[in-house]
Amino acid sequence: MDLKDKLVSSFMAFENNIDVEHPVHDVRIEAMKNFEIKGFPSKKEEAWKYTSLKGLQKIDFSIFPKQEKTLEYKDVKKYFIHDIDTYKIVFVDGVFSSHLSETTHDGVDICLMSSALTKPMYKQIIDVYFNKVASKDESLTSLNTAFSKEGAYIYIPKGKMPKKPVEIIHFATGNEASLLLQPRNLIIVEENAELQIIERHQSLTSNEVLTNSVTEIFAAKSANIDYYKVQNDSAKASLIDNTYVDQKDRSFVNVHTFSLGGKLTRNNLNFYQNGEYMDSTMKGVTILAEKQHVDHHTLVHHIQPNCESHQDYKGIYGENSTGVFNGKIIVDKVAQKTNAFQKNNNILISDKATINTKPQLEIFADDVKCSHGCTIGQLDEDALFYLQSRGIPKKEARALLMYAFANNVLESVRIPELKTRINKLIAKKIGVNLGFDL
Amino acid sequence: MAYTEEELKKELETKEYEYGFYTDIESDTFPKGLNEGIVRAISKKKNEPEWMTEWRLEAFRVWEKMEEPEWANVRYEKPDFQAISYYSAPKAADPNKTLEDVDPDLLEMYRKLGISVDEQKKLQNVAVDIVVDSVSVATTFKKTLAEKGIIFMPISEAIQKHPELVKKYMGTVVPTTDNFYAALNSAVFTDGSFCYIPKGVSCPMELSTYFRINEGGTGQFERTLVIADKGSYVSYLEGCTAPSRDENQLHAAVVELIAMDDAEIKYSTVQNWYPGNSEGKGGVYNFVTKRGICERNAKISWTQVETGSAVTWKYPSCILKGANSVGEFYSIAVTNNYQQADTGTKMIHLGKNTKSTIISKGISAGKSQNSYRGLVQIGSRAENARNFSQCDSLLMGNECGAHTFPYIEAKNKSAQIEHEATTSKIGEDQIFYCNQRGIDTEKAIALIVNGFSKEVLNKLPMEFAVEAQKLLEISLEGSVG
Repeated sequence: MDLKDKLVSSFMAFENNIDVEHPVHDVRIEAMKNFEIKGFPSKKEEAWKYTSLKGLQKIDFSIFPKQEKTLEYKDVKKYFIHDIDTYKIVFVDGVFSSHLSETTHDGVDICLMSSALTKPMYKQIIDVYFNKVASKDESLTSLNTAFSKEGAYIYIPKGKMPKKPVEIIHFATGNEASLLLQPRNLIIVEENAELQIIERHQSLTSNEVLTNSVTEIFAAKSANIDYYKVQNDSAKASLIDNTYVDQKDRSFVNVHTFSLGGKLTRNNLNFYQNGEYMDSTMKGVTILAEKQHVDHHTLVHHIQPNCESHQDYKGIYGENSTGVFNGKIIVDKVAQKTNAFQKNNNILISDKATINTKPQLEIFADDVKCSHGCTIGQLDEDALFYLQSRGIPKKEARALLMYAFANNVLESVRIPELKTRINKLIAKKIGVNLGFDL
Repeated sequence: MAYTEEELKKELETKEYEYGFYTDIESDTFPKGLNEGIVRAISKKKNEPEWMTEWRLEAFRVWEKMEEPEWANVRYEKPDFQAISYYSAPKAADPNKTLEDVDPDLLEMYRKLGISVDEQKKLQNVAVDIVVDSVSVATTFKKTLAEKGIIFMPISEAIQKHPELVKKYMGTVVPTTDNFYAALNSAVFTDGSFCYIPKGVSCPMELSTYFRINEGGTGQFERTLVIADKGSYVSYLEGCTAPSRDENQLHAAVVELIAMDDAEIKYSTVQNWYPGNSEGKGGVYNFVTKRGICERNAKISWTQVETGSAVTWKYPSCILKGANSVGEFYSIAVTNNYQQADTGTKMIHLGKNTKSTIISKGISAGKSQNSYRGLVQIGSRAENARNFSQCDSLLMGNECGAHTFPYIEAKNKSAQIEHEATTSKIGEDQIFYCNQRGIDTEKAIALIVNGFSKEVLNKLPMEFAVEAQKLLEISLEGSVG
């Protein structure tokens, strides 16, 4: 039985364990219908031209983990940003782990999607926000919607700011031979409120894991959100991340994506600018080796005038890795005075690595400034020689240059401890000890 | 200011297509529709050898199974391929005639278009192979070219006289199975140009062809094959204007260029087919497949100025097969009213040290949609490949759209690729600056547009550059609000 059929038939089993009377269930049924019609996207579709899900579909993923496994904090401590205090929402094999987590209802709600979807006190918010910005057309998002049950739920009321950043971590323990996870996150930041989030998916085994995650983010007027995605998973872990952001007047939303590992990673990052004078920033560093594959698919839809968007993606591709960048900017007819910038720089360091990039602009307004730039190249031989002539060994010199290449994305990380952490990850990935903390 | 912006806009909308007239030439036209019988009849009419008929039929069979492509960013009513007549020749045509024998009506038509087959072109040192509807009616300068061993003739004649060359090269760059319109063209093409430059010969003059669509309801399917043998050079011009017709006319041409070792081909196009009226009614559908292949050290340079057609679907491409070969693409695409253009290029780098440059300027006005779609592909064995692409769009008015779809695929670590794109409008301050110095708004716009497209205009041969500049002005007159 292929994965699609399996998913479709498991939907009934899934229905046995949830409240089918809840209005959200109608949304699930609709989504399931859409997935049934569309199935998994194939390479024939323009948006999936460079990423094939064929291999993944052959794997017999278990959809509902059978047994729970508990993890000790000391075993997984290294995956947390443990040098600062954070709120934590931790899932082990898709199940909430209360002893690893630290949630709160003190002024802000940092808790679970499962309670938001079932408890009557959240009903009003769920009615207004759930599945409102996520695509109803895209098949994998529909698949997630159909099975939506668990994930992170964050609600920051007007003018509030949580005392510390929020960490969302998904662990896969390898209890099942192969596991499909479908977390569903809902993040609402009201007027003048602020939020910082660090998200991570971590497989602790060499068993196959596929995560199809959907995150909906609503930034109300003058809200400020920083979202950091750390993707440094094991060689058997695949991730399809679908993030949808709805922004209102004067809000700022920054999403940083650090793709440093994993078998197949697909990031669908969509911004809808439903207001004026706002700013959307998407930045990414991708450093790949082995046979890893990362596909960044971004969309910024400028719907109203006087907004800005900035995209800056850097990629370093080694060994047999493949990278894809597809950035799309749409400027509607009324969205005059839009400034949209997009940059994608890539370095290929291996003969077998491949990069496919497609920066795409669709502009219907005339008074706009839009640009995109894209480069594919190598490390600068002159700079390398300069460093070597000053006694820095070639390997370190190369690492320094690669680090410098990625640095301006890192610079805008606003949590210092996270920055240090990512610096270390990058240094490790490049494979050198530079003798100082980057 | 003499004009207000409103007046300018109005004038543009009501401005009729300058070259929109219709010459009544008695045509020998086939019944409408397409089937194997029609393909055979075209072949027979052309007195073609057996292999050519077979080649056409093969293409037709492939075409029958194909579906019209939908991926382009254009919307139009699909042509009914059974409602088109696939052959129409002016009756008076006879390839052996001299200029004096040419139908005076035809000559009058060229005169109106400012193309004189006679002295004028001779003075300008341009040999013209004119195509009206589907049959060539006059060929000049044959002698001068023949002395150098250059073959320049209608492709139908080449099939008769040089079957070995045609047989060897036709369909090698654009196979019959390449795409829907290429297959259709292969099956039903009626004429076009053939050009062969022998080893080491540098063609002393610009070769040029003017295409025109005349008879209402006939599609024109041109086939051009240019072969530059080792170490040769040729500059080829192609220019088009079409009489105003109400129903949509289909044009599906195929152009194949072959540049052998050390050869260079420069192919320039000025396209000004009827774009439809200000309501978007009528106009030519231009679905063209143009591709060239470069052997060692060869160079192919495409230059195009596209101002006409209701729908344009065109991607002149280079396959950089040989080491050190060079591909260039310079394009200006102007769309106004309801015109739609989806155009760009493909640079396929296969050989070592191959280089390509892409400069594309899109100008959209009125309610038009202008897209750049390009592919830069670096094969895994293309060491030290280099590409530079620049696509700039200029938007006039807030009802038009500019789109870019650049695909970049690199499989070699030594590749160096740069891609840049910008979108902007004509600055009010720029216009104000000109106004201040006594230049009216209209002229100021022409000036700015010229500056914007200069990089490409400069690449055109002299005669064309002037013509192209004029065309730009005509197509954009008063389009800025």
